[in-house]
Formats: sequence, structure tokens, C-alpha cells
Amino acid sequence: MTGLAAAPGAAGTTQTPEGPPTEKKGGAPPRDSASQWRLVWRRFRRHRLAMLGLAVTAALYLVAIFADFLAPFGTEHFDEDYPYAPPQTIQFDGGLHVDGYTTAVDNETYEQTFTTDPSQRIPVGFFVRGEEYRLLGLIPWDRHLFGPTEPGAPMYLLGADRTGHDLLSQLIHGTRVSMTIGLIGVVVAFVLGVVLGGLSGYLAGRADTVIQRVVEFFMSLPSLPLWLGLAAALPPEWGPLQRYFAISVVLALIGWTHLAREVRGRFLALREEQFVTAARLDGCGRRRVILGHMLPSVSSHLIAQLSLSVPAMILAETALSFLGLGLQAPVVSWGVLLQDAQNVRVLETAPWLMIPGLAVVVAVLALNFAGDGLRDAADPYRR
Amino acid sequence: MNDTPAAPLLDVRGLKVHFPVRRGPFGRVTGHVRAVDGVSLALRPGETLGLVGESGCGKTTLGRALARAVEPSAGRVLYDPGDGGDPWDVGALSRRGLRAYQRQVRVVFQDPFSSLNPRMTLLRIVGDPLKAHGLASGSELEDRVADMLTRVGLSSRYMRRYPHAFSGGERQRISIARALILGPRLVIADEPVSALDVSVRAQILNLLLELREQLNLTYLFISHDLSVVESVCDRVAVMYLGKVVETGPTSPLYAQPRHPYTEALLSAVPRPDPRLRGAGRRIRLADDLPDPARPPAGCSFHTRCQAAVDGVCDVPGRPPELAPAGEGRLTACHRATDLTLTGVPALGPAVEGA
Amino acid sequence: MPPDLTTAPAAPRPAAPDHAPLLEIEGLKTHVDTPEGIVRAVDGAGFSVPRGKIVCLVGESGCGKSMTARSVLGLVEPPSRIVEGAIRWHRDGGESVDLAALDPRGEAMRAVRGREIAMVFQEPMAALSALHTIGDQVIEAIRLHLPLSREEAEERAVRLLTRVGIPRAAERLRSYSFQLSGGMCQRVMIAIALACDPALLIADEPTTALDVTTQARILDLLGDLQADTGMSVLFITHDLGVVAEIADEVVVMYLGTVVEHGPVDDIFHHPQHPYTRALLGSVPRLGTGPRQRLDTIRGTVPHPSERPEGCPFHPRCDVAVAGVCDRGEGPVEVALGASRGVRCVHAGAEGSAS
Repeated sequence: MTGLAAAPGAAGTTQTPEGPPTEKKGGAPPRDSASQWRLVWRRFRRHRLAMLGLAVTAALYLVAIFADFLAPFGTEHFDEDYPYAPPQTIQFDGGLHVDGYTTAVDNETYEQTFTTDPSQRIPVGFFVRGEEYRLLGLIPWDRHLFGPTEPGAPMYLLGADRTGHDLLSQLIHGTRVSMTIGLIGVVVAFVLGVVLGGLSGYLAGRADTVIQRVVEFFMSLPSLPLWLGLAAALPPEWGPLQRYFAISVVLALIGWTHLAREVRGRFLALREEQFVTAARLDGCGRRRVILGHMLPSVSSHLIAQLSLSVPAMILAETALSFLGLGLQAPVVSWGVLLQDAQNVRVLETAPWLMIPGLAVVVAVLALNFAGDGLRDAADPYRR
Repeated sequence: MNDTPAAPLLDVRGLKVHFPVRRGPFGRVTGHVRAVDGVSLALRPGETLGLVGESGCGKTTLGRALARAVEPSAGRVLYDPGDGGDPWDVGALSRRGLRAYQRQVRVVFQDPFSSLNPRMTLLRIVGDPLKAHGLASGSELEDRVADMLTRVGLSSRYMRRYPHAFSGGERQRISIARALILGPRLVIADEPVSALDVSVRAQILNLLLELREQLNLTYLFISHDLSVVESVCDRVAVMYLGKVVETGPTSPLYAQPRHPYTEALLSAVPRPDPRLRGAGRRIRLADDLPDPARPPAGCSFHTRCQAAVDGVCDVPGRPPELAPAGEGRLTACHRATDLTLTGVPALGPAVEGA
Repeated sequence: MPPDLTTAPAAPRPAAPDHAPLLEIEGLKTHVDTPEGIVRAVDGAGFSVPRGKIVCLVGESGCGKSMTARSVLGLVEPPSRIVEGAIRWHRDGGESVDLAALDPRGEAMRAVRGREIAMVFQEPMAALSALHTIGDQVIEAIRLHLPLSREEAEERAVRLLTRVGIPRAAERLRSYSFQLSGGMCQRVMIAIALACDPALLIADEPTTALDVTTQARILDLLGDLQADTGMSVLFITHDLGVVAEIADEVVVMYLGTVVEHGPVDDIFHHPQHPYTRALLGSVPRLGTGPRQRLDTIRGTVPHPSERPEGCPFHPRCDVAVAGVCDRGEGPVEVALGASRGVRCVHAGAEGSAS
């Protein structure tokens, strides 16, 4: 290098350096200096459906975080006097209120039926005092975004279930479990997939062969019976939290194979790229080549892949819980809520119990749209 | 030990690179592609050696093997570190030794697009070798990168930009800067200009020539373009199916080749002058290059050679060896002594400057 | 039935009564809509292809040469479109069509494309289907335009493949493209192009992906075929050596416009446009010896979306006149004789280069 420094500015008299890349005019910063993530974001923003998906997803996670505050009641709150109470509508006449219920009992079946009664007014307000909870798990508070001004008055905006739980509150609390169980599962699957897929792709040869056979074995297992078996094997004495983690690990055990294949494919292709050879010749060790040069090139794809596997996990949890093998009450998730909707006769009297299914559809679609958009935007250099 | 006047910088002896051909679900090895099949070469300090041949002849693999980007299967490579000590046996270097070797022997790649990591800024691309070798960091690293970029004709203001903002020629300058930042003695340039436009190609060739003078570099210049090789290289080695078939100083080798393959290659090069159309002997080789996993018996060129003689050139187990052919030249042809071959008549040093 | 290619030197096509060129392009503008704005890929190009001649369209990447060819064949698809200009196709009987005005998907255009004008592409491997035998592909091309039975078409296919230099053509009908070398694939592509005896063959960089030895044979073949059939060839290339080997006339393009055109000897020995001169100077010539500096053109070809005002070449031109070359629409073409024209303010004023 001293030799280099000895001839400063020796670019040569006759040499003709090429013109600088010209700055583009216009408001947007020049494409030239934008980093990878800025380019990804710029392309993602042009994708309308993906932006919508992202907004809905973000909203759902906000609901999950502030569930205690947003839900009028806690998960434990129920009123046995109002089984299968139908949804009420909020009305405004100087102040907000919902109608109360009148009960009628069928003389033959002794079945109780509820109808809303406009003559009863249950005033409703914002930031009402209700059950105590800890906001974000830390701050003790007793205010809810909205609810009946008189604690304990019946308010069932989306109706009630068999034991008189408020479905709206249950749905909001269920968001928390349903939207996060996928995340934990995905993180486990991600670690397994990236490590095994990365090794497979980088080492190639024999290691690749072995790992690929393992992946194929896992992929060939029929997933529903496997889940059922694993879930049934969970000790019944486990508490809700243990079950929650166990279920997410069960989901991850299936989910990692697709990720592993994806990562392996990308790594195999990258190995042939000249810049990877160049990095090795630059003196970079194996770790530096993988972490510093190869992983950044696949990271945007991985994130897109991840966002696409979250909805699969949500669906799987819903399916397991629906069948009664996943989470169980008192834990509330959309799948657990849907257990109530298994009976056709119940659905006849209380069709609102299907609403958690709608929530699943919305969440899965939103995540899929966002993931698709991210995948399309992931390679900002391919035009 | 060395019979050449100056001790060679790089002495390659019987180098082989064989790639296994794997088949079936368990990757059973069913054969070998002999990409490089017994190459002996000497690179003298300060010279530019051109390595030419058709695609698939193994020239790129040879370059990679010399940079130890691929592992040779057999043979030795001796590198003279220039400190008066014994030459290093490149195949037997320790990890530390290999790092030192790879600091002194650097590669410029062909494809200016795939050889630069699109996710890194110029600063990282050019500076990473310094960092990886622990030679510089922080502002010193930036200064050295800036200095290097200026030297290859790029403004250091662009240090924080990504490669996609640059044209092919500029990217090749970046690639050269990355190779030279470690202060190498030998640069292996693998088709450095073949992906570039004509006008830009001349700029890069001139830059390489200037840098060679300024930095006392030795080049191994790999190319399929014989006119480019002539304008840059002092000596030329012609490869065919993994073997060197002829080497020698550029001018005599071009003026009078000693191997029929060299002659055929030269006669196929289109000349940028319509008045030369049809001038000289036209030799046309058959299109099909033999499978490098199963090279023909005897002289591997005999299947396409117009001068091949049955019973001489195709005898199994009797391939021609590289033998002296005067003027510091070597050729591997059974009929070297009784053939008179035509090359390219010298045009004189300079065509009128347009 | 069209004249048979294999009944050696077929009588050349009868010259059109009015001696009109076969193809005349005038003021052609083909633009591409991109999110960043309109890219003027072809921007007022004009030249003509005479009957029975090989015309080479030369230029660096981004000069619009391929887009010009695609415009002729009606292969311009959104986001690209022909904005302006005429592509006049003069048939033998004196009948003329403006190809630019035809519906690219219409019956009239499809009758011209493939039947009267055929095309050969750069990547023969990619242009051939790997799922069908080459026999199927050649026969399909024949029967698409000619009313022949399967047997007759197969017979013609064998003759065609033999004519383009494929040995044992009858056997090769059952081969797949991946079983053939690049050179062989390109021969098959040429056979397909010639299936209907076109009046014009457009060859877009047909030898760029091939080795020099193969390139030489493909160039020979194209020259022979042209001489035998009397068709015209529009040969697109960036390689001036290839141009000198094969062209009768040369059209030099830069950033979407034709800067100079004329007979091949004039272009190489009396270039008028500074760009042509610079381009010729930057090509290494065989026979000049090693370690020579090449002339360069400063800067790089700008991206077509950043086309400079005035003469597109002025920022890189050594003889540009400030205040003249850098404003307005750029110089108009100055005719220098019947088939020669230059777009430069210095045209005619300055002596020839050699």
C-alpha cells in the first residue's frame, strides 16, 4: 500500500474518467444513494392492496396490545342471566345508549329467548370505569374505552355466548392470543429454517443431502394427524401458558421445512454469485461471508416469507382449538371462541357466534396481502 | 531449479482441477470433468500473461485455482513472495499463509454486475478487504478507499452509493479498486472487459495498463478476445480442453503460430478493416468442442485439427508434451516441426490516429 | 412453391423495376413508458436496406439498434410503442406497405413477419424450445407459412438443415436443443428463419454469445446464404470486426439516432462522424503488437432517459462547438453521395480521417 500512496492522484493525464452518475432532478431523493430498505419501502408503497393489508395487520396488533383497554369487559366477566343474548345497536338521542332485554320463555321447551326492548335504556359512555386491569401488563387502571356507565348493566354489542360472555370483549381479548401464537411459532420455525437451510445451502454436498432428506421426511408427514397427536400428548395438567407455548412449538415443527427450503435455494444460488467468491478472496472467513455478505442479500426475502407463514400458523391454531385440542378455556382465542359455533342448532339461535371466523379471515387476508407486497418489493434491484 | 532468467513470480507445475460428476439421489460420483488437466506455466514478475481459448477450455477455472478460489486436484503452484525467502507452496499453505497469499494475489472478475454485492456501498465493497485483513478501520479506511477510487478514475464522493447507480464501466473500476486496495503483486483479471461496450472497454484496458506501470503489477489476463490480448499481453498461453497447447511472446506467437489450434483461433478473429476481408488463410474449426469429461485420445485437438495424421495424433496414451519451439516458445503438437502455420501479419506499431 | 434453397445458386431475385430499396425507415421514433418518464429508445432513426445487400446496424448498448429491429417486425409491445415515423416495406411487384402503421397483431403483419422478414436472435439456446425436437420446430415453421404436407415439410427441413451446415441432418431432426452446441443451435435458428425463403433476414447479435471460431463459421454461412438466395440481411452488432467482415453497408447508431451511414469501405476508411471515428479508434487491431494504448471516448453512453440536448454525442465529442452542438434538436442529416449521410455540423467541412 505504501507504493500506492507514493503516487497520489496518479489517475493519469490521458486517462478519461467517466462522467459522474448524474443526480436525478425532482423531489424524490436520487435513487442512486438510497439504501436497500428505502428502495423496498418505496416499491411496497406503490402496492395498494399490500398497504391496506399492512394497515389492517398493524391495527390488529394494536388491538392485541391494548385489548384490556379496548374491551368493555374482562375475559372472566359473564352474566348467567343473559345466555345467547342477541347483539344490541348503539343509539343516540342526546346521549349514547343501548336497549335492554326482555325475556320470554317458551312454554314447551322452557327455552329462554331475548329480544331487545326499546323501553329500557342502558346508557353507554366513553372512558367508563370498569374492571381493574394492568395496561401493557404494568400500569394498573380501571378505565375502558367504552362500556355501560353503570357497571354490571348488560351490554352485548356482538351478542353473548352460552354463559353470557360478551362476544365483543372475548373477540378483542382473543386477538391477543391468536395474533401472537403465530409469531412465536414463526420465530421458532425461522430459527430452525434459517440455520438448517443456510447450512444446507452453504455447505452443499453431503450435509445438504442429509438435511434435505430430513426436510422431505417432515414434509411427507400428514400435518393434521401429527398436530392432533402431538396436541393430544400434551399433559392435561399443564396450565394455559404452558399449553400456549407447547402449541406454538408444535406448529413450528411443521412450519420450518418450507422456510428451510427457501433459504437453501437462495443460498445455493448465492454461492455461485461472483460477489460471494470475491468476498472469500477478500479474506473474509466463513462466518463473515455468511452473515455479512450472504444473509443481507436474502433478508428481505426471508421477511416476506415470514409474513406469509404467520397466517398459516393462525389458521393452524384456529383449527386445533376449534377441534378442542389446542388452547382451551379460560384462555381466549378465536379458535376457542369458534368451538361454541360447532353446533348447528346453536348457530340457528345465535348466528353471531360465527363472528370470530370473520376475524380469522380478515387477519389472514391482511397478512397475506402484506406478505405478497413485501415479496414483490423484496428485490429492489430487479427491474 | 529455475531455468528461466528471472525467478518466476508464480510457477505452476502439472496443475489439475477435476470436478466430480454426481448422479442419483445420493450423489454418486460417476466421472470427472477435467477442467484443468495438467497445466504448467511460469509467470514472470512484471509481465502480463494472456490466457486464451474457447469457452469451456478451462481458462477461468485455472485462474480460480491459482487464486485458490477452487481447490486444485493435483499439481503444485509455487509463489515467490519477493522477500528473498523460499517460494511458498500454495497448495500447502496454512490458513494464515493462505490469507497472506490472497492478499498478494487478487482477482478482477468478468461480470461487473454479479461481482459487486448490490446491498453494499462502494465504501464497504472496496474497504471490506482491508477490514477483513485487519489493515485499516475508521477514517483511515475511508481515506484509503477514497484514494483508491480516485486512482481508478472514480470520484470519492460516490463512496456511500450502491453499485446499481453505476454503469458497467464504472462498476469494473470499482472491481479493480477492490482488487488493488490490498496492494497485490499479481492480479488475475478474468475477462475484465468482455462485458463492456467498445468505447468503455478501451478506457478500462488503458487503466489496467497504467496501473501496471504505476504499481509494478503482474497480470494474468484471461480472455477469449485475441485482439484485446494482443494489445495488453507480453506473453500468451493458449489453452484447449484443460491443457496449454502453446505459449510464447505475443508478437512472434501471433505472427507465426506453432500450434494448429492457435492458427485456427487467429484466423477466426474478425479484423476491423473491410479491405482485409478474405485476406490470409481461412481456417474453420468444427463447432463441437469435445466433452471435457471424456477428452479424445492422443492429442485432444486431433478431432478438429486439419493437420492431424491418423496413427500419429490419435494414439491413446501418447498426448503431445509441451516442447521448446524457439524464441522462448513452447508448443504441444506432434507435428510441430513439419508444419508451417500462418499467423497475423504485423500492421506496424500504430494505425493512423482517428 | 418458393425457390428451393438447395438447388444451388438460385437465380437472384429479380430487381424491382424502380430500384427501390427493400426496406426504408424514416424518422422512426419508438418510445418506452417507464415510471420515471418516457425513454426515447429510438428517436428519429432513418436508413434503408437495399435489395440483396448485407446492412450492418452498429452501436453500443442503449443505442436503440435492437428496438429498431423489433419495430420493423412489429414486436413492439407496451410499455413500448412506435410514436412516429414510417417503415416502408417494398415488395417485389412494386407494392409498398408501411409496417409502422400495421396492427402488430393483425393478419397483415403476421403475413410479413416470419414469411417475408425473418429474425435470428442472440441466444439460440433460449430461442429454441427444449421440449420439442428441432425437427418439430423447423417443420412447424415451414408449415406455418407454406401449404406443404408433413412429409414434404420434413424433406424440406432436412434440406434446410443440411444447407445451414448441420451434418447428418435427418438424424438431427430428432435431437433436442440441449443436445446441441451453441453454434449448432444458431444454425438451427437460421434454418428456421430461412424456412419460407424470406426477402429480409434480421439477425440481432447472432454471434455475440458464440466463440470466435464458431462466430467465424456462422458469419461465413450467413454470407454464403445471402449470396445464394439474394435476400437482404439486416445484421445488428456492436462488434466492428464483424461489421468489417460481413457488411456491404453500415449504419452507425448512437442514442436512438443514426449518426452516419454509408458503404462499408467508406465508413472504415473515411469516417465522417466524430463518434464513428472514435469508435474505430477504440478497437484493438490484430497485428499492432503489445502494450499499445487505445484511443478512448471520454465518459459513457448516457442512459436513453437522460439524452442530452442537441447532438446526442456532444458531451463526449472532442470537436463539439459550444452554442451549436448542445442545443435544439441536433444536426440534420447531410447527404454525401447517393448512399452516404452524416449527422454532424462538421459534415463535409472536415477532411476524411485517413
